[in-house]
Amino acid sequence: MGNGRWPSCPTPDPSPEGEGSKKEETMTYTGNRGLMLEEPLLFEKGAPDRCGVDLPDVPAVASRLGGLDRHRPIGLPGMSEPDVVRHFTRLSRQNYAIDMGIFPLGSCTMKHNPRLNEKMARLPGFADIHPLQPEATVQGALALIDQLAHWLTTLTNMPAVAMSPKAGAHGELCGMLAIRAAHDARGDARKVVLVPESAHGTNPATAAFCGYAVENIPADARGRVDLAAMRARLGPDVAAVMITNPNTCGLFEPDMIAICDAVHAAGAFVYCDGANFNAIVGRVRPGDLGIDAMHINLHKTFSTPHGGGGPGSGPVVFSAALAPFAPLPFVRKVGERFELVEEAQALASNDHDLSFGRMVAFHGQMGMFVRALSYMLSHGADGLRQVAEDAVLNANYVLRSLEDVFTAPFAASGPCMHEALFSDDFLEGTGLTTLDLAKALIDEGFHPMTMYFPLVVHGAMLVEPTETESKASLDQLIGALRSVATRMLAEPAEAFKTSPHLAPRRRLDETAAARRPVLTWREPEELAAAE
Amino acid sequence: MRYLPLTDTDRRDMLRVVGAPDIDALFADVPHAARLDAPIAGLSHHMPEMLVERHLGALAAKNMTASGGPFFVGAGAYKHHVPASVDHIIQRGEFLTSYTPYQPEIAQGTLQVLFEFQTQVARLTGMEVANASMYDGSTAMTEAVFMARRVTRRKVARVSSGVHPHYVNVLKTLTRFTDDEVVTRLPDFTPDDDLAELAAAVDGDTSCVVVQNPNVFGHVADLAPLAAACHAAGALLVVVVTEVISLGLVRSPGEMGADIVVGEGQSIGNGLNFGGPYLGLFACREKHVRMMPGRLCGETVDADGRRGFVLTLSTREQHIRREKATSNICTNSGLCALAFTVHLSLLGESGLRKLAALNHARAVQLADRLGRIPGVEVVTRAFFNEFTLRLRQEARPVVRKLADKGVLGGVSLGRLYPGIAALDHGMVVAVTETATDADFDAFEDALDEVLA
Repeated sequence: MGNGRWPSCPTPDPSPEGEGSKKEETMTYTGNRGLMLEEPLLFEKGAPDRCGVDLPDVPAVASRLGGLDRHRPIGLPGMSEPDVVRHFTRLSRQNYAIDMGIFPLGSCTMKHNPRLNEKMARLPGFADIHPLQPEATVQGALALIDQLAHWLTTLTNMPAVAMSPKAGAHGELCGMLAIRAAHDARGDARKVVLVPESAHGTNPATAAFCGYAVENIPADARGRVDLAAMRARLGPDVAAVMITNPNTCGLFEPDMIAICDAVHAAGAFVYCDGANFNAIVGRVRPGDLGIDAMHINLHKTFSTPHGGGGPGSGPVVFSAALAPFAPLPFVRKVGERFELVEEAQALASNDHDLSFGRMVAFHGQMGMFVRALSYMLSHGADGLRQVAEDAVLNANYVLRSLEDVFTAPFAASGPCMHEALFSDDFLEGTGLTTLDLAKALIDEGFHPMTMYFPLVVHGAMLVEPTETESKASLDQLIGALRSVATRMLAEPAEAFKTSPHLAPRRRLDETAAARRPVLTWREPEELAAAE
Repeated sequence: MRYLPLTDTDRRDMLRVVGAPDIDALFADVPHAARLDAPIAGLSHHMPEMLVERHLGALAAKNMTASGGPFFVGAGAYKHHVPASVDHIIQRGEFLTSYTPYQPEIAQGTLQVLFEFQTQVARLTGMEVANASMYDGSTAMTEAVFMARRVTRRKVARVSSGVHPHYVNVLKTLTRFTDDEVVTRLPDFTPDDDLAELAAAVDGDTSCVVVQNPNVFGHVADLAPLAAACHAAGALLVVVVTEVISLGLVRSPGEMGADIVVGEGQSIGNGLNFGGPYLGLFACREKHVRMMPGRLCGETVDADGRRGFVLTLSTREQHIRREKATSNICTNSGLCALAFTVHLSLLGESGLRKLAALNHARAVQLADRLGRIPGVEVVTRAFFNEFTLRLRQEARPVVRKLADKGVLGGVSLGRLYPGIAALDHGMVVAVTETATDADFDAFEDALDEVLA
């Protein structure tokens, strides 16, 4: 540890290949290039006896560990506070983020994360309370959960909501567990869940987890669920249909009410994936369409930050038919007091004794609840409606500004919702693909759109600008996309096959990473011994 | 509205480009029956920042905070001091407002942190590999049971009576519709026989034994004999750690023979937050890595031969495998993992060991003081920073009365185990580095008064 070598930046190779490379690169002693700073791993910098925290002295007591003291070294390097701050600050600068520019990742709703939300979530009254404190000492926290629940049920026109799921996929699980529990409660052993072929991968994974066989339902030529095909497949063995609406092609399912009616007539339930709720919030209440359950990604529609991969939060709204099966715990208002109901048997009326049980150790993502409510109060019912309208307008603006250059498979069928879908058919014959275009976009200073999803079009590119982008920001993205696409069609392919050229790293060898996984850092001596 | 950049002029210009007469035309696919003409009723309208702060500040003020007085609540979530620089780093926009690192060339910051996190977790638990985090300790434990089924192709998971009851409930919920069989045991005050009985029960159908250390009563045990029994029968030992600071002082599960270690990482870098977001830890042996759930970050090189990091082994995951995935997990706890890694980088080995020693010493001191109060018996003999008291009266009302006196004194077993009368007099008390001598005095006096 701390041997001062920086293996991430070898001395630039002055071999003949180096001379033949396309770009003149300035060689530096450090491997840094101006503000682009290389940073070793903390295991190469820190030392086990270095510490950036001052702690009080440990009182002398006789150990009561029962002889289980640790003897061997753990292998954890430490650093002083200035070195820690610098290490992570340098690393942060190798990331793209919404705070830096548009992040048009389709189906991810990367909108601005208001800093007010961060400030509110850090109020000690929310951040510094324990989940197992006596109820009387957390009335404000329970009231906040109750208020957020009111917003969610009102915005969706659904009678109940389960707050504890920790992310979208966890919410799907919550919804599907309730559906399975409801069928089981009436002794109905259905075996199949229908999922459109455009569905997000979590949908079939969740259905399989709940013990269901998954069957695909096809899309029609307009990118919507093929209603006739679905009707034909419905029957006494189908437990549920999982539908994303607006769907993953960025289109509203115009037959949604008919779909729900048909599913209910067959004795099944409709699970709606609410990942794309941002397109319709304040303009359409999913309950009015007839769905039975839907998760809401607070980290999408309600602006809580993605944090480089979580934490998220995925509350699930339920219809009256599924509400009794919702998980524990939940908050209930009794007079002016809020109760946290943790056990079904503790209920006098026992209207929740059908609950399928607990999904997480405590009560869900309180930190995300505070941020989401802060966002809802800021926008209000009127502002949220404007959110959906601007999100949809921005996406349509992108769609119509690019459809003459890019292939837009469903553009002819009418407007899109909050995201615009393109395929890479227009690159046919160039030897270039969606991946190359995405990597070229990195050199232009953008995070690329979602690639190769949904699976229903070739080389999918899904662009979701969100409502927090200005027209100028969209115009710049559109200009860059048109420029890159035009050059890809006109110029030799080679330069695009090797992009990005200007990012902190060039293309990374993912095949090698998977073939021989290196998942933790090892001391050089340990590695040498293993060879 | 402060978060919306478009002006009415922009909107008009853009509608013209789109070729739509008005915004309603873009929602033409919505069935007439579901169209709303006005903002939804029953909700407030937009508010200035100042008013939102006032509203939420009033709610926050109604809660009794952990720092506001003597505080000894644990049982799966712990109050530790988190250095100010941790919150500064996690609020950097480049970390806070980035996505899952799907484009590794412009996400090396997040990816390198995940690689560092995985290494820290593996070393701390004494295992070879760790993933990039799960939702929380309870869901990580459930995923470990599923993984043990995949590895052993057996279905019976035997769960120690010392595992946190909420974790057991999560496991029961999530195995309700799978073909796993979960065998649980009823807890009692003296869990000494639990591990021996589990070791005797392991058989050819057992996929794994799940044990928590320190357990929910605070008890610390040597798991090596149980590990040997598991391995002799071809089963895996899953060890749950809910107080991760303990690993600075207590022998690691890996050293004692664990095959999978899961835990709640909240104690390092993360606040109490009323139960979430928290940080699920998941570590295992290298030979089982392809059976692991969750995201993994791996080292590789870029086209210029420079070291870099990517998400890897994604053929286990839902976006590739769909219904055949090892787990449906997608978004996990990235930012909480960052907080963990920053805090642990500040502590280092020497700091973590000292912090753990401090927690233990303070807990020993308080246990001795409380044990002298008439009507109080400390039942946990070997412990880290948490122990169980048996009171001469039911503990649940005692906890409430202590709160009335401004002392958050612990968690009653009656709350954790409703309906098990034998445990009603039990109370779990956690002591961390944050408790002062004055807090000890206040707790001792208040408990004495309440029990008198």
